[in-house]
Amino acid sequence: MCTVCGCGPGETRIEGSNDHAGHEHQHEHEHTGPDGKVTRHSHHHHGHDHHGHDHGHEIQPSRLIKVEQDILAKNNRFAAVNRQLFAASNTLTLNLMSSPGSGKTTLLVRTLTDLRDTKPMAVIEGDQQTNFDAERIRATGVPAIQVNTGKGCHLDAQMVTQALGVQPAPRDGVLFIENVGNLVCPAGFDLGEAKRVVVISVTEGEDKPLKYPDMFATADLMIVNKIDLLPHLSFDLPRLIEGARQVKPGLEVIELSSTTGTGLDRWYGWLGSHQPLA
Amino acid sequence: MHEMSLCQGILDIIEERAAADGFSRVTKVRLSIGALSHVDPKAISFGFDVVTRDTIAEGAVLEIDQPPGQAFCMACSSTVTIPARGQPCPTCGSHQLMVVGGDELRVDELEVS
Repeated sequence: MCTVCGCGPGETRIEGSNDHAGHEHQHEHEHTGPDGKVTRHSHHHHGHDHHGHDHGHEIQPSRLIKVEQDILAKNNRFAAVNRQLFAASNTLTLNLMSSPGSGKTTLLVRTLTDLRDTKPMAVIEGDQQTNFDAERIRATGVPAIQVNTGKGCHLDAQMVTQALGVQPAPRDGVLFIENVGNLVCPAGFDLGEAKRVVVISVTEGEDKPLKYPDMFATADLMIVNKIDLLPHLSFDLPRLIEGARQVKPGLEVIELSSTTGTGLDRWYGWLGSHQPLA
Repeated sequence: MHEMSLCQGILDIIEERAAADGFSRVTKVRLSIGALSHVDPKAISFGFDVVTRDTIAEGAVLEIDQPPGQAFCMACSSTVTIPARGQPCPTCGSHQLMVVGGDELRVDELEVS
């Protein structure tokens, strides 16, 4: 990551934010040689092509350095920043995660349409490419910003921080972060959310919680979507719930259909019963 | 493959330490990747070689310690070792387990010159 402006590697693009691809960076730094001589020089980097360079230092004996630092420390620092922003605006933030095609966006469109007159809401949409989902959300009249992760398979906390710079969290309201459709990678990245919601549809396998335990182990709520299709399927709903609770004892479960509206009252009740983090 | 961004995180930590401690070459990196973390050590090894190309850690040996999964069983009130999330308590068969260890993702130590 570029330590000057904070823009990361890869191809993350955030709607409405500046293009970081072409700007120039200068890194000035100094080196102390084995003879105590200090050499100071700088490098120019353009477009983030961080080349390697040889300082011609003499070989020094090797030594051990204790680090003991969490690999996710940087992500967690940005998550802490997001958490402060959410607390300052009194926003309940939810991280919605699932496989592609579970119906997250359809559930959101229905939720926003039903609740938009009752509280301020906004959405951050994560996808590898396209603005399709943000456009679907904006059609409800609720603000949405699209984050394209490029080759990235998940949202990280820094992407959310950058998105909040363009579209602040709704004061005294609810921010939905729709993560990239992926049942593996998003599980490891704290975005600063208050609660994690995993959505699974009955057209998927009931053994998914046991196949992808990390996602379900970190969830606070499992929404089982598309239950209007159950009569046409051989989906074993009790087995799904049992598997999910093997991975996460006591996990809350709400069964619903975004299409027919069955079970939505429980989901709206759940939303209303949770408070932003202080 | 989120291991690539974790490898970028490892490199960020190395470069921060290099700036603070004044070393210019890393020859070995020791990590702890718990059995219950969401990470595949093989994918980390692959990603590390890619991410560290043309950096001070290029060619560094990666040593990965894999602490076993530890959970507290609420049914039999004991700390047990489990191979994966979703597995029952090996003593009593209960799934009322709370993970207490083996989920770490940590850079432990660097050998530098």
